[in-house]
Amino acid sequence: MAKKEQKELLKVENLKTHFMIEGKKAQAVDGIDLKVFEGEFFGIVGESGSGKSVTALSILRLIPDPPGKISNGKIFFRNRDLLNLSWEDMRKIRGNEISMIFQEPMTSLNPLFTIGFQIMEPLMVHRNMDKKEAKAASIEMLRKVGISSPELRVDDYPHQFSGGMRQRVMIAIALSCDPSLLIADEPTTALDVTVQAQILELMTEIKNKRKDSAIILITHDLAVIAETCDRVMVMYCGKIQEVASTINLFENPLHPYTKGLMASIPSLTRKKKRLNVIKGNVPGILSFPPGCPFHPRCEYRMPICEEAVPELLKIEKGHFVRCHLYSHKGKQE
Amino acid sequence: MNDLKKTRLNQLEEKKKLLRVKNEDKKTLIEVQNLKTYFPVVGGVFRKVTGYIKAVDGVSFSINKGEVFGLVGETGCGKSTIGKTLVRILEPTSGNIYYYDKVNLRNNQKQKVKIDLAKLNRKEMMPYRSKIQMIFQDPYSSLNPRFTVGDIIEEPLTVHSGKRKENKDTVKELLEKVGMSEEHIYRYPHEFSGGQRQRIGIARALSTNPELIIADEPVSALDVSVQAQVINLMQDLQDEFRVTYIFISHDLSVVKHIARRIAVMYLGFIMEIGPAEQIYNNPLNPYTKILLSSVPEGNPRKKAKKQPLRGEVPSSLHKPEGCCFHPRCPIAQEICKKEDPLFEEQKKGVFVKCHFPGKF
Repeated sequence: MAKKEQKELLKVENLKTHFMIEGKKAQAVDGIDLKVFEGEFFGIVGESGSGKSVTALSILRLIPDPPGKISNGKIFFRNRDLLNLSWEDMRKIRGNEISMIFQEPMTSLNPLFTIGFQIMEPLMVHRNMDKKEAKAASIEMLRKVGISSPELRVDDYPHQFSGGMRQRVMIAIALSCDPSLLIADEPTTALDVTVQAQILELMTEIKNKRKDSAIILITHDLAVIAETCDRVMVMYCGKIQEVASTINLFENPLHPYTKGLMASIPSLTRKKKRLNVIKGNVPGILSFPPGCPFHPRCEYRMPICEEAVPELLKIEKGHFVRCHLYSHKGKQE
Repeated sequence: MNDLKKTRLNQLEEKKKLLRVKNEDKKTLIEVQNLKTYFPVVGGVFRKVTGYIKAVDGVSFSINKGEVFGLVGETGCGKSTIGKTLVRILEPTSGNIYYYDKVNLRNNQKQKVKIDLAKLNRKEMMPYRSKIQMIFQDPYSSLNPRFTVGDIIEEPLTVHSGKRKENKDTVKELLEKVGMSEEHIYRYPHEFSGGQRQRIGIARALSTNPELIIADEPVSALDVSVQAQVINLMQDLQDEFRVTYIFISHDLSVVKHIARRIAVMYLGFIMEIGPAEQIYNNPLNPYTKILLSSVPEGNPRKKAKKQPLRGEVPSSLHKPEGCCFHPRCPIAQEICKKEDPLFEEQKKGVFVKCHFPGKF
């Protein structure tokens, strides 16, 4: 994984995003720092309400304001601060240099336009192609994402496609302008395992083809992360809990939440009579616990966990964890 | 069925809804024979039937008492339709669903019988609705938002026992069994998280003291860290009440964890059925093998051993000729395109629908 001279593609510093819900402030993303390098497959894993999707939407400035607001932070993409760009400049980046694949292939395609038109649209907007060129390009895109007889299917409507194929179309749209950064928000969650395997393979293939681009994969499924990603960030209640290389995270998880999550997943290969359990429930966004947000569910809870939010500590090179258990070991970063 | 009078018994017997059983079949609880559930497709102004979606297309299997039976397959393979047909939420098109039961004869002797649930009418079905319960996938839509938790759990009790009172204690007991407490009785479903709602759903299913619980994707809608809690709870309850589960899921790892015997479905057919260990370690049908290889292992050092499946699942309106899997099968031969393979026993207890079992 550790390549020489990794060039920074995206750098997020202390990002905070909140939503106003019924007059109350819900801190969905609370101080995220992350770096994504060129040629990297970066994973963000977390349960519902952990803020992983909001992080992604914040990067693209797609948070609806109101009720949402990016209240703090800097997002550097190729050394340009996205949060300071004008709306017009931001539009030039979206779908062009950074594009996104959304979770629901069923609802994120417009049912009233043909598949072809929806792939052509970004090409015509960003690349100034005329209709003919764009259509040829969109047929080529469909072929790339593995849809058979694309010349015929290009004029079909979304309802004529199955779930897996729609997700392929979404990928084709996202890739049509050859973006440097692809953000995939739960791209395989709604799909069957066999289709999931196809889509993940397609994404890995795409990443391997372009060395200067990167993919951020957002998922709740640790097994999907293991299959694809180089580096992982574990989120819980809007905060980073652990960052590590995938191999490091799986072989040496540090945070009690990461450990618990891994032990609670049934496996095809390992045999276990009972699953380990993280007790309690994921807290709602308006009732994040004070101190370490995981403390009510944590086995290793100490008195300090209820009061102070632990810092993100560096344990070894590239491995960070936010937990009081390691406060004597790690350096603040 | 203790209230069944002898005359009723004879009536049922005459209509071939009931068969007497010799004592050999002691263990079996439910036996499904060649079950088919079709949905008519209507079109045109006159709503003429233009075709059938063959959601379940002739499946046979039997389940023993106290067993956890897993039903896996991809979206649209008919696994949920089987579950719903067994409780007659959906009407079977043809086939038999034999439910093994004991009936009291007039002279207080017990007679083992098997009853064909597929042929019973609404009234005759009633006692079996309490013996077979269901847990649904979506804990957000399967609980009535206007009922309190107590009402939700009590309702099946009132319906099946006829008693209006005296149920409160049972409700309390059930709530404790599923890891909730008495104070939750007067609350409404929206006050609970997904995992807790699924617990309420489980308590409701247990309320009539069922023999068979059909769990249709019970953990799919839950957060990963809550999934394990519900799976463990279901296992504990099985140990305690000796109920039989039919566990329907698309998640092969979850099914492997909980089920002892597994049936793999594709396009309305059972492709392979057998003990869990056998299915996972030595799958005989190529589809099973590919399906299993698609599951990510969760081990970053051990990736890419996959055999991705070509193409798409065909529509169940126009199924392929011959073996339904042949257009996507890596070892398909001429015979697979023409002849539908039989569902045959290959090893003891392992049935496979394939012309070339174990060749892939």
